[in-house]
Amino acid sequence: MSKAIATTRLFEPHLVRAAFRQSFVKLNPRILFRNPVMFTVEAGTAVMLFVTLYTAFSGHTDQGSFGYNLAVFIILLFTLLFANFAEAIAEARGKAQADSLRKTREETPARWIDTFSGELKTIPSSQLNKGDVFLCETGDVIPMDGEIIEGIATIDESAITGESAPVIRESGGDKSSVTGGTKVLSDRIKVKVTTAPGESFLDKMIALVEGASRQKTPNEIALTILLAGFTLVFVLVCVTLKPFGDYANTPITIAAFVALFVCLIPTTIGGLLSAIGIAGMDRALRANVVTKSGKAVETAGDLDTLLLDKTGTITIGNRKATHFYPAMGIDKALFVEACVLASLADETPEGKSILELANLDTGSMATRETRFVAFSAETRCSGVDLASGRSIRKGAFDAIKTITERAGHAFPQETATEVKTIASNGGTPLVVCENGKILGVIELQDIIKPGIQERFQRLRKMGVKTVMVTGDNPLTARFIAEKAGVDDFIAEARPEDKMNYIRQEQQSGKLVAMMGDGTNDAPALAQADVGIAMNSGTQAAKEAGNMVDLDNDPTKLIEIVEIGKQLLMTRGTLTTFSIANDIAKYFAIVPALFITAIPALKSLNIMQLKSPQSAILSAVIFNALIIPALIPLALRGVAYKPIGASALLRRNLLIYGLGGVLLPFACIKLIDILLGLFL
Amino acid sequence: MNTEMMGIVVTFLLTVALALPLGKYIAKVFKGERTWTDFLNPLERFIFRFCGIDPQKEMNWKQHMLALLSINMVWFVYAFVVLLCQGSLFLNPDGNPGMTPDLAFNTDISFLVNCNLQHYSGETGVSYLSQMIVITFLQFVTAATGIAAVVVLFRAFAEKTTEKLGNFFVFFTKTITRILLPLCIVIASLLVFNGTPASFEGKDRIVTLQGDTVQVSRGPAAPMIAIKHLGTNGGGWFGANSTHPLENPNYLTNMIEVIAQVLIPIAMVFALGFFIKRKKLSYIIFGVMTIGMLSFMIPNLVSEHSGNPAIARMHLADATAMEGKEVRFGVTASAYWQVVTTIISTGSINSMHDSSMPMSGAMQLLGMMTNCFYGGVGVGILNYFVFLVIAVFISGLMVGRTPEFMGKKIEAREMKIASIIALLHPFIILAGTALSAYVVAHHPNAAWAVPPSSWLNNPGSHGFSEMLYEYTSAAANNGSGFEGLGDNNIFWNVTTGFVLILGRFLPIIGPVAIAGLLAAKKYTPESAGTLKTDTVTFGIMTYAVIMVIAALAFFPALTLGPIAEFFNLK
Repeated sequence: MSKAIATTRLFEPHLVRAAFRQSFVKLNPRILFRNPVMFTVEAGTAVMLFVTLYTAFSGHTDQGSFGYNLAVFIILLFTLLFANFAEAIAEARGKAQADSLRKTREETPARWIDTFSGELKTIPSSQLNKGDVFLCETGDVIPMDGEIIEGIATIDESAITGESAPVIRESGGDKSSVTGGTKVLSDRIKVKVTTAPGESFLDKMIALVEGASRQKTPNEIALTILLAGFTLVFVLVCVTLKPFGDYANTPITIAAFVALFVCLIPTTIGGLLSAIGIAGMDRALRANVVTKSGKAVETAGDLDTLLLDKTGTITIGNRKATHFYPAMGIDKALFVEACVLASLADETPEGKSILELANLDTGSMATRETRFVAFSAETRCSGVDLASGRSIRKGAFDAIKTITERAGHAFPQETATEVKTIASNGGTPLVVCENGKILGVIELQDIIKPGIQERFQRLRKMGVKTVMVTGDNPLTARFIAEKAGVDDFIAEARPEDKMNYIRQEQQSGKLVAMMGDGTNDAPALAQADVGIAMNSGTQAAKEAGNMVDLDNDPTKLIEIVEIGKQLLMTRGTLTTFSIANDIAKYFAIVPALFITAIPALKSLNIMQLKSPQSAILSAVIFNALIIPALIPLALRGVAYKPIGASALLRRNLLIYGLGGVLLPFACIKLIDILLGLFL
Repeated sequence: MNTEMMGIVVTFLLTVALALPLGKYIAKVFKGERTWTDFLNPLERFIFRFCGIDPQKEMNWKQHMLALLSINMVWFVYAFVVLLCQGSLFLNPDGNPGMTPDLAFNTDISFLVNCNLQHYSGETGVSYLSQMIVITFLQFVTAATGIAAVVVLFRAFAEKTTEKLGNFFVFFTKTITRILLPLCIVIASLLVFNGTPASFEGKDRIVTLQGDTVQVSRGPAAPMIAIKHLGTNGGGWFGANSTHPLENPNYLTNMIEVIAQVLIPIAMVFALGFFIKRKKLSYIIFGVMTIGMLSFMIPNLVSEHSGNPAIARMHLADATAMEGKEVRFGVTASAYWQVVTTIISTGSINSMHDSSMPMSGAMQLLGMMTNCFYGGVGVGILNYFVFLVIAVFISGLMVGRTPEFMGKKIEAREMKIASIIALLHPFIILAGTALSAYVVAHHPNAAWAVPPSSWLNNPGSHGFSEMLYEYTSAAANNGSGFEGLGDNNIFWNVTTGFVLILGRFLPIIGPVAIAGLLAAKKYTPESAGTLKTDTVTFGIMTYAVIMVIAALAFFPALTLGPIAEFFNLK
């Protein structure tokens, strides 16, 4: 994610141009009505337009000079434009990101198969409907999201994921899903369309970013209510100021009223609020995560528990054979040879790793008479029967033990001890026997990903509990869990175990996220508060989750949590900043309002601003300029540091609260000095 | 430290020392645990049976509020009738007349909402009967209403997820039998021994040293003066309130009364901690409230001690602001009382606030504008809770998590209520003041019984402060007044009457509703990412929210009132 942001500039010239146009379009009161704070600014701007015209045509100066009113009007207009620009640039950035994805899939020719006649027809991808079947061969671009119903192929998904290494996709199982826009590198597949046109994840994402279907998230609604409350307080302050002024024999100009009002209402956060929300989803998209709703990103920030698959997330790929331990009285070379024989036809990664470790020439080992016995769920072992009558089996401890005992041999004590030692060290023991006689044990070990401990440490500091899900036995699972630093684990996990664990956590009020790819993960993905489906996963998994990770990278969860937290933090800190600014603005405007009628109040002009008019203009100019000044922060988000909630609050209160109080004093004074040069 | 300062420090420390065990006791009472007052059980059982109350029936927050409102409605009608007819009823030895309808309306509302803004004078405005069965009665029941309401909030946070929040009438009855009555008996006895009257005889007549004959009003005053403080009511038996030598005879009674008024508000904060088993939270809240008090108390003391610059320029030996103060209490004890009585919505006075220095006036106003540093009995915590919810919301966002308090998520609905309640207070104060300022500025000679031009004893900024103070006092249900204002006429009786109602019931219903809604929500256990609300940092945040909201809403009004006066005097 950080890579992507570093390479994309915050303000691409062509995006700025588009956003600039949009800032004017968004002046339409019907669009602006959704944002109560900025809508009231627009009302104030309209009032100032009338006052400016009035002073221009009537020649009266009871409302201040024409130039002064015009200046206030223009500054207010800019305040609006700046706020609109913030939203527009956030939208444009999101849209640009989505567009680049969308471009790859527009109008790709599709070879449609008539399911009745079997006839082939080439049609544009936009005409494909849900349920249609199309054919793809080497070199073809896949026209639409779908599921492979026949065949196997290597596919280049770099257009979507940015990852250049090709992936294998095949019918049946959990790797049957293909994404529109990716390219077939070899072989030939038949694919069934699984989404209706315009309803794929990308289409949904683009719509979200474009704002058409962007629904305000619960937190955003609550914040809007609070901001509306503040706005109403200031409506009240300004309206009641009129009779107060009458009582004190102080005439207050309309420009002063409008200026005071606009300065006081939280325009900074009001103007940036929707930009922050859009930028949050945009950041998720840049991390190559497609979210189905803005709410999901926010929820991610609240997560309490993460369910992570061991394989691929915590450990690198699969287990590897690391040692051969022959039984007492067995020659090591003989044992290794037996191991290799038993693994010759074993296509599992573990089996291959045994061959790698043994490093023997296997070319002449297999003969025609060799009969391979594949692993089955009942026997729980695999092996080989040679013509010579040797029958070699390798498998789990208890499976082999049964075979040995049936053959009338005793299980050697020292091998049993070896098995235990391996298991308690987090390894997986594979016991090998020949014709019922124990030959020895192979140790398989998990390799824990480098740096994963630190990531879990970081999560713990965020208050997120990590749970490792694995098919391993509890002993092995505990060892790896401790080594990797996860808080809990589910050993010998079946899909329903995940489901139960999630339910249990949710019952105690926690928010749970899980990542999954298989169809059997779908119920758990749906049950989790944040379900992240891998893009390589099945359609069912993708439908069930509320995010899709295009990179198929399980550690992505950590980034998603941070994006969610950043989103909320940016809103909170800018609200604090916006409200804190008001103190300085009061000290600029209030003395300016009353100084002529009550000269003693000049002591309240602690910034020593030049004149009432320059004081008001300085405050309004500051109020307008702070919006564009904070756009980068709104788009990037406030940096999240996992230092604990209280420390984080202290930090943000100091920077945005205290800073928000002090900064405007300096800025307003500075603007006043600059204005003094011209006025 | 001089003796006067020592006096208020000891007073405060004594208050806290008494409030801690009282808080523990209050928590026990409402938890239904064993206490030494259990001998009252048969009495309570009798009351429940007599009134047809089933003490086991638990209510949700809506039922609680319905009970609260309906019982208040009954009291309203009852008090109105008695005040109108008091002239022709018994126990009226001084022959005081019945009230005019607008004054009866104002008095009735004012006591019903625990405010005790008095547009009448006790000596001539009410009979002994009204003093007892309207004024004193309402001082008991409204205090109990506030406490019962906050106990609903206690209950809401005591359990993880629940809709059942106890029985309102049980809370209400126990507040009176277990807390208010016992304390009241103690305080009243102390007052009687110090010379406060408790007699049914009418006015006494004395001949002064000068040889004049003076009529001295009396009455069964001591118990009423005790509950007026214990229940943060503040309405005096005599017109001069606790500046009156019979209502507050000496420094000791002054200490007793100022302790009595802030005792239960502080004890309720500790009770919260004991009740929901989060003592640290209650200490932090107590700390914030105390710092809030000090931030008004210190400027008040300084400005009272510095006195009026105009007098200082005459080079008098003592330039402290003794105008409007009782010699037997002095400047320091008066300043302490001024702040205490305004922050906790008592509104009883032992000096004339109208005569205090402009900055002191500003501090008294701010005390009522924030209205939650300790605050009135029960309602103080409710007001504080609204700000706490806003603080939780903003700081929750700032640490990157959906805001939650006590494991309950704060969402749009709660924010809506909190915003409305936080907005309401400035709204009724500013709107009221704006209305009166408008009338004074534009219709000074309206053909009313009292023309607006003669409302104000002082022109300019001070006159503005008087109007602002009256509405602030009404909105905060405080009841003290800048007495320069001619307030017994239809305009003031009616407008403050409405401000009083709005300032009472919505700020009770709002927070209780939020607590009730939160209580029904799913409980989320704490994690390292959860914002802890019992930390100093969060305390500072809450303090900032309270102060900033008050400052933002009232800065222009304060500028035209006390601040302008302050700079003009300089």
